[in-house]
Order: sequence, then C-alpha cells, then structure tokens
Amino acid sequence: MVEEKEIVIRRLNTARDLGKFMSEYYYELDAASKSGDKKIAWCTSVGPAEILRGLGFLVYFPETHSAMLGTTRMATELIPVANAIGYSPEICSYLTADVGAFLRNVTPLSKAFPGIEKVPRPDVLVYNTNQCRDVQDWFAFYAHRFNVPLLGINSYRGVGDVTGSHLASIKMQLENLIEPLEKIMGKKFDMDLFREAVKLSRECSDLWEQTLATASAKPSPLSFFDGTTLMGPAVVGRGTEAANNCYRMLNSELRERVDKGIGVIDNEKHRIYWDGMPVWGRLGQHSKLFAGLGANVIASTYCSSWIFSALDPKDPFESMARAYTELFIVRDDNYKENYIRNKLDFFDVDGVVYHNSRTCPNNTNCLYGMHQRLEKETGIPSLVIDGDLNDLRCLSDEQTRTNVEAFIEQLEENA
Amino acid sequence: MSQARKLYAGADIGASRTKVVLIDEDRKICGHATEKSGTDFTQTSERCLRLALAMAGTGKESIAGAVSTGYGRKNVAFSNDTKTEIACHARGCFHYFPEAITIIDIGGQDNKIIKIDGTGRRTAFKMNRKCAAGTGAFLEEMAMRLDIPLEDMNGLAELSTDMVKLGSYCTVFSGTEVLENIRHGKKVEDIVKGLFYSVIIRIVEMDSFTDTVVFTGGVIAHNRFMAEMAREILGKEILIPEHPQLTGALGAALYALHDDETEMLGKMDF
Ligand code: SF4
Repeated sequence: MVEEKEIVIRRLNTARDLGKFMSEYYYELDAASKSGDKKIAWCTSVGPAEILRGLGFLVYFPETHSAMLGTTRMATELIPVANAIGYSPEICSYLTADVGAFLRNVTPLSKAFPGIEKVPRPDVLVYNTNQCRDVQDWFAFYAHRFNVPLLGINSYRGVGDVTGSHLASIKMQLENLIEPLEKIMGKKFDMDLFREAVKLSRECSDLWEQTLATASAKPSPLSFFDGTTLMGPAVVGRGTEAANNCYRMLNSELRERVDKGIGVIDNEKHRIYWDGMPVWGRLGQHSKLFAGLGANVIASTYCSSWIFSALDPKDPFESMARAYTELFIVRDDNYKENYIRNKLDFFDVDGVVYHNSRTCPNNTNCLYGMHQRLEKETGIPSLVIDGDLNDLRCLSDEQTRTNVEAFIEQLEENA
Repeated sequence: MSQARKLYAGADIGASRTKVVLIDEDRKICGHATEKSGTDFTQTSERCLRLALAMAGTGKESIAGAVSTGYGRKNVAFSNDTKTEIACHARGCFHYFPEAITIIDIGGQDNKIIKIDGTGRRTAFKMNRKCAAGTGAFLEEMAMRLDIPLEDMNGLAELSTDMVKLGSYCTVFSGTEVLENIRHGKKVEDIVKGLFYSVIIRIVEMDSFTDTVVFTGGVIAHNRFMAEMAREILGKEILIPEHPQLTGALGAALYALHDDETEMLGKMDF
C-alpha cells in the first residue's frame, strides 16, 4: 500500500497576535452590546466602515461571523433553518447560515470567546450592494428582527471604467448617510475623526497589500489559506491603529522568512492562484491537499479584495466612492480578466484553480468563459472545482481531491 | 536459465467496478479481470489480481510493479504508487491511439473529458461532478424505473424508430419525464434511445470537441449503440479502444512499467 507522506506547513508566529486582535475586537463589541454604552453598527465587508468609525460606532461585520460558521462547520446544519423560512438554498450561504444561526440562537463566537453568548445587538445596519444584492436582503432580515434602521449604498455593478457619474452618485449616497447616522448616534459628525479613519484605513490597505505581495518571493512565505484568516483585522479593523500594528508585525515576520528563504511549505514545486471564495469548512483539508502535492496556493483574488488604494484623507468622501467602486467584484469581465492576468504574472503562477461557489456567483469568475479565455491567452492551465463557501452539501471531497491531484499531475508531467 | 517473466499490474478501483490489467514488457495485455467494487476495495482488488494472474498463467512473483488508480486507489495492498484516473485514462488511450485525442470516459458515477496533444501530453480535463446526469448511475436508475435489465438497454435503443427527447438535466426530473412518457404509451425502446441521447448531450455540453474523439468506460463497453449515436450528434468519427472499460487500469499498468524502466535506466552503467 502506498504510504502517506508527512506534510509540513509552517505556521506564522504573528498569527497569534492577529488572533488576539480578533478576540479583543469581539469582547469589546460584546461589552458594548451588554452595557449599551457604545453604539454598534453592522456593516458589510466592503461597506462604508470609515464613516461609521468617524461617528464613533463600533463596527460589526456579519460576513466574518458567517465565515466562522463555515470554518466551524456549523453552517451546513444552520442553512436549512433559513431555507425553511423561505430563503432559498441557492442564495448566499453566508446569509442563510447567519440567519439560521440567529434563529437557532447559536454563534461560534461563544466557542471561540468564552462569555460571549450572542452576536452584538445593532443600533443600525449599513450595507453597500457593491459586492452583491444579497447583503441588502440579509441586513433587511435583521432590521426587521431588531427593529433598527437599515441604511445603504446602492452601487453600480459590472463597471468598466469608473467614471465621474459613478463617483458622483456614490459620493452623494455616502454623504446622505451622515444625517440619519448622526440621529442614531446622537452626536454631530466629526470630519477630523472621519479623515483619521480614512487615513488609518488606507494605511491598513497598504500594509495588507504588502503582506500579500510577499508571496511573490520564491518560495512563498505565505499561502492563500493563511491569508484567509490573516485578513481578519483588515476586514473588521480597518480604520483602527491596532489593526495596522498587527500588519506591521506580520510583515516583518514575512520579510524575515523571505530573507531566509523559508517557505510556508517544503518543496514548493508549483505556484497556484486561487480564484473565488475559500471553502471555509475545508481550509485545513485543502491546504494539506495542495501542500502534499508540492503545490503552494500563493495568491488569490479573494484576499486582495480588501485593498482600497484610492482612499485619501484629503478627499474622504470622493475617495471612498472611488475605492469602493474600483473593487474587483464591482467591475466588468474585461477589467477582471486583466486584473487576474496581472496577478498571474506578478506572482509567477503555474496554474489557476477556480472555485465555482454554488451560492456566490458574485465571487465566482468561471461562469462567463473568462477562465477559458485566460487559459488561452496566458497558456497557464486552469481547473474548476465545484463547491461552496459555507454549504458543504454542495461539494464532494473525493471529486475535489481527484481533480486537484489530476491537475497537479498534469502540471508535473508538462513541466 | 531463462529470465523470469515480468508483468506490470494496473488496478482501477472505480466507484462501481474494479478492473485489474496485467501487461508484459512489450505492453501487451496478458490478463485482466473486472468485478463489482463492493465495499472492501482491498479484497476486491486482490481478487481481481488473482483472476488476472490466472488468466496470464502465472503467479504474484511475476509482478515487477503495480500502480493503482480510481476512487479506491489508496486501498490497493499490492500497489507501489497511485495516479489519478485522469492520468491513467489518458495514458491508456494514447497507447491505442497515439495522436491528439479527446477522451470521453463515461463511468458509473462520473464522466470525464480529457484532452491530450499529439505527444501524449495532457492539456486539459474536466469531470462532471454535480450529479448523476450523463453517467452510468443515471442509466441504472432509469432502467429501474422502466423495469428492464440494464444489459437490455443497448438492444432496445437499437430498435427505436421514434426517439423520445427528454428535456431535463436532472436525474429526478428525467425520472418523472420517463413516467410521463410511459403513461402516454410511448414505446420503451424509444424512451431508452432518448435516455442514451440525454447521456450524450450531457457530455457534449461540457466542452467543445475539435480533435478525434475516443470513447471509454463501462457504459460504452456495454452500450455500443451510444457511440453510433454520438457519431451522428458530434458529426465526427469516434474511436473505441479494444477494452473500453479497461483503459484506466491499462494506463496504470503502463505507469508501473514506465516507473520500472526509469528505475532500471537509473541503475545502468553507461
Ligand atoms: S459576495 Fe457572495 S458570499 Fe459575499 S455576501 Fe454576497 S453572495 Fe454572499
């Protein structure tokens, strides 16, 4: 019988510090929710967090909570609870898992952070449909349940060039948030605080970009699978100094690895790009699967989604409008194709894996022929795997394994 | 004293059937066996090996190398290495047809499309992954609905004069469509031909086919008429290897031979 090889995956020491940040973040929200002494805004992951911080809200991101439902594999049992009240199994499984958890009154936060029993109670919900329409419906559920105001930005989708008219509309919508938010907060909007949040958010974005760029080294000190958890502070903490400090520490550890030629796996023979959402309930399994084949998944579209290089404290509203419209997920396929091509080049990639995520077509880029066009143009082979971000009923581990093994075999034989 | 006969084994443990092939140093098949995979892959593969060895008229001592593939590839006690079924089908088919080909393998639980160039290099592959549509499992389910033995399907399809077209690509929906057609008094042979057509269309919509097409797998081994239909639908010549169900196992055996040859070369003193 063929012996299984031992698989080496090197963990980063600073991951612990980032974990500490996340723990403090959730405990602060929990304390505020229990005492009511600070107001809490729920925000979509690429929503207008800087404005909320500028007003002094603590900001909670349900998507991160849903990703935790995925990693803890609670999601698959909770999704049907939401299905039963009319939310289709075909729609965003972040939404259905989160709603299911709420209806069942469970949260992975209580396992990870003893003492936390519930998600923090919102005073307001603020979305941006730049990523998808699902977030609006998701937040609408909670607005009804908690009986709190629902505000939002209705963004453009499939944007080619970002034009003045796009920006004017989004900027106006951002500005229009201020008045109702002031009422909820019970205080005046402070432009200086807002500028500071935009400045810190931009710094966070630059630092996170540097983090991801270290993966261009050979061997890469970082993998996509690390990235999906390391990005936590960039998602929930952007606009705070504490998040930025996390990335300063992380980047210095990564630079040290690069200088010493230490890779996240031993024997990095193949450099893979991942497009699409992670399969949260299979992060460990997928990371071992690739590592065991001498393949390192070094970069992804997903982790790069929290780079907002346009943010500029000098012109905070306009630059926010630009940053949140310029994002990959908001753009047309022409832009996306170019974007991925540049990434493949920058990271010197040998193969691309597209995750066709059943319930998130918004983060899936192999539905309109782009993967085949890119393969033809670049000569870099690609593989599509079927799965889902949270709903493990949509995937077959055996099929994934066979597909990935066959793909790496193909790269190996053609090397 | 003459040198002992050297044989190479390939074991393809599919979700439905287990196949073992033995080849000699000249790449000739000298023994093979096929059995239902069952629930104990290790035992089934051993049993197939014994049967294949008996057919080759030799014993286990002749085996100079073995590679396993397929769903249960990690459960084969006698194998020294594993390869995916994609690699093995490619290798097995290229052995018969050494040119740029597109392989369509219809298995019990899944189907695959594998493209190889004129040098035998694999350039792309796809597997159907989501459901039974276009696989042997679909036909099994439908044979049950029609209350006919699976092995009668090919003969029935050949008799059809007025094929029933089934519109759905979901196995459950197709089942309902079949029932509806029975209710409307459609002939069984016309429904069976419609089922064959549905299998082919599920595959045709997976990719574009430019090179010569080679059909493999158990479904085609037992339903040759399907290849004739595919020929018409694709408007292309379709090749079928000598043992369409064994190409995966043959490919595995060819890998075993290749590994042994490489090792021997390494040991040679030039
Ligand atoms: S982008 Fe996808 S995963 Fe994210 S909220 Fe929207 S549908 Fe869900």
